[in-house]
Amino acid sequence: MEISWVFFTATILASSAPLVIASLGETFSEKAGVINLSLDGTILLGAMVGFVTAYKSGSVILGTLVAGCSGAVVASIIGIFSIFWRIPQVAIGFVLALTCKDLAYFLGSNYTRIKGPQLENLPIPFLSKIPVVGNMLFCHNLMTYISLALIPLSWFYCFRTRPGLILRAVGENPIACYARGYKVGKIQFFYVVLGGFLVGIAGAIYSLGVKPGWGRPQGAEGIGWIALALVIFGGWHPIRVAFGAYFFGFLQALGVILQNVWINVPAQLFQVAPFPLMILALVLVNRPTFMNRFFSMFYSRPPEALGKMFSLE
Amino acid sequence: MDVELKHIHKYFGPVHANKDISIKLSSGTIHGILGENGAGKSTLMKILAGYIPCSSGQILINGIPVKYSTPTEALKYRIGMLYQDPLDFPALKVLENFVLGIPDIPFLNSQKSFKKMFHDLCRQFGFSIDPESSVRRLTLGERQQLEIIRLVAAGASLIILDEPTTGISVAQKETLFRALRFLADEGRIIVVVSHKLEDVMSLCDVVTVLGQGEVVGEVVQPFDPNELLRLMFKEIPAPVPRCTLKCGHPLLWMDRVSAPGGRCGLKECSFTVKEGEIVGLAGLEGSGQNLFLRVASGLVEPTRGEIYLGKEKLTHKGRQVFKNKGICFIPTDRLAEGLFPDLTVSEHFVLTKFDDSFFIPWDKVEQVSVNNIIKFSIKGDSNSKVSTLSGGNQQRLLLSLLPQNPKLILLENPIRGLDVESSSWIWSYLQSFCLKGTAIVFSSSDLDEIFGVAHRIVVFFDGKIVLDSPLEEVSLEEVHQAIAGVT
Repeated sequence: MEISWVFFTATILASSAPLVIASLGETFSEKAGVINLSLDGTILLGAMVGFVTAYKSGSVILGTLVAGCSGAVVASIIGIFSIFWRIPQVAIGFVLALTCKDLAYFLGSNYTRIKGPQLENLPIPFLSKIPVVGNMLFCHNLMTYISLALIPLSWFYCFRTRPGLILRAVGENPIACYARGYKVGKIQFFYVVLGGFLVGIAGAIYSLGVKPGWGRPQGAEGIGWIALALVIFGGWHPIRVAFGAYFFGFLQALGVILQNVWINVPAQLFQVAPFPLMILALVLVNRPTFMNRFFSMFYSRPPEALGKMFSLE
Repeated sequence: MDVELKHIHKYFGPVHANKDISIKLSSGTIHGILGENGAGKSTLMKILAGYIPCSSGQILINGIPVKYSTPTEALKYRIGMLYQDPLDFPALKVLENFVLGIPDIPFLNSQKSFKKMFHDLCRQFGFSIDPESSVRRLTLGERQQLEIIRLVAAGASLIILDEPTTGISVAQKETLFRALRFLADEGRIIVVVSHKLEDVMSLCDVVTVLGQGEVVGEVVQPFDPNELLRLMFKEIPAPVPRCTLKCGHPLLWMDRVSAPGGRCGLKECSFTVKEGEIVGLAGLEGSGQNLFLRVASGLVEPTRGEIYLGKEKLTHKGRQVFKNKGICFIPTDRLAEGLFPDLTVSEHFVLTKFDDSFFIPWDKVEQVSVNNIIKFSIKGDSNSKVSTLSGGNQQRLLLSLLPQNPKLILLENPIRGLDVESSSWIWSYLQSFCLKGTAIVFSSSDLDEIFGVAHRIVVFFDGKIVLDSPLEEVSLEEVHQAIAGVT
């Protein structure tokens, strides 16, 4: 019984890794005041690019990095259009979400349903031998370790470093930042691209690990919208956003188990159920009556200038 | 440091906002810039602070011409500006606000080294702000203090303050004036922009009066108020006489009303206003007076207590019912809450006076809006977007949108940011309602306004009514004590 419980937790940590990375990426972008609505398309594009690159080169690391770059390119389009050309972020983001999705399926059509390389588990010497904890935390692939490390690192960066302070300030009041000598446009652009890079990586983790392979539909479809919702309900706070991502992973894993328990129920139900359940849970958690001390600890208001375009006067 | 502005011109398209302005600012003085709204004060200060470039002219520092085009560059020349609505970060902590903008923050933003600097500066100026508190919880006066400290820490030798006494308490004003005097005595230049004659006279060493974008005079201490008034206005506006109170029946009765919101909420407030009465609500910004107005107007539902209009119970009825019963509300933030910035003047009349027809009878609308523009002397035509009107004209438009015979008018800071002429016009118009039996309840951070026009004063402190008295039975000292919470 204990073994299966450990295995269950380890599965959640691994399968949530891309969602954690994507929603943290989006958190950075939105903390700087820019909504990257293209998440769902970018994740699929990243998944395709990552898979194809890894398949051709044989290197999953290279695949992941190139996928990250593809996400950064998409994000830089949003950055240029919204920050420098003042086109509404939501419009450009939405169009890109649809475009990238179709583009990914179109460009990846020759690589469907073939076996490609996958991220390998790298048990950490000594640590992985610790009973219970070793199997839970230290027998994962590289990207899962990175996702776990990214959570405290993001928090530390945002709330304990100088650039993190400036990041929060830019999303809060860009005009005041300008008056204090910060280059608002450049800072926003940097975080949008960084966020896009992380989202692209998240896509590659799906096609190279969590939902291996490429095909239509890819298992990562729809995840981008969940990541966007997580950032909002997570109060733009890295730790709470990550909690949300793990909760979604938990719901999905639970679905897989229950599917084997209740064989008569259509399998589709268990695949779809996590989405509405997730939204329901997030709404409940944000109700004032549920805002107990634990949740409100991680609560913060949306960046004041989120989605607004910075201009003088 | 001596700073000289020489022949400054500024055009906004065809508008000549600053015409050939030359001013000398010398070290160790507090220099007042006085003028009506639209006199070009703010434009001139934004040029000096590097926020906007001038069309032509020169700025000399210690006799040397300098050029800068951003606030950051201006700060390198040690010129800093405190805006009327401070440019800060409400969501961040006080100390974080203080640190932002200082060039050499270490990567690990522990802020410990800055805490000492912050405390030292606070002590020097007699400010008491908790560095760990969030800026959202500060009053406007405290946010000003924070900005002053920050500018000093950033090395500003010339500090510009735009309307610094608007919206702060009397005690905060005293602290502010003491701090500014201290800064001037250290050799800095303080420039205070204001349209409040009294503040300028008690604080400044030199006053430059602007009118229509030009310098119309420069006066040094001791000031003659009549001379300054003559410079500001071609004719001296007569103070609005208080209209006599015709004691009517009780109109609105609030019984132990509590409501959440703001900094302190509203706690067990009981209040009655009679027909034809003008009641002024005083208190520190955010002490509950504005929340009180929102509860009385039906915008905020009380959690406890009852509201009656005459004998009818209005509690929990919703704003629409309150409005139909003749209760009007005019908020402080006119553009955000009162008007639709992107709609034209005549479209506002469509929304309020022609709301029963599907098609818009444009010719009738035009007639109504032209009539009102004349009656209320609104500067602008019926097709001007409301956002292009000045504050005074926006307030006149709001008044023109009031129904014919309102029972109760609630106003939040009715003359905030308006010049003397608009203010007196607005109050004499409002008083004409009182003669017909309408009651008026207004909040104001300007005690002169309350003492000038109100029949009764109600003081709020920490969400409670701490003083409720006819004006002739109360002294200014008692009001000051009540505002500060001294019992």
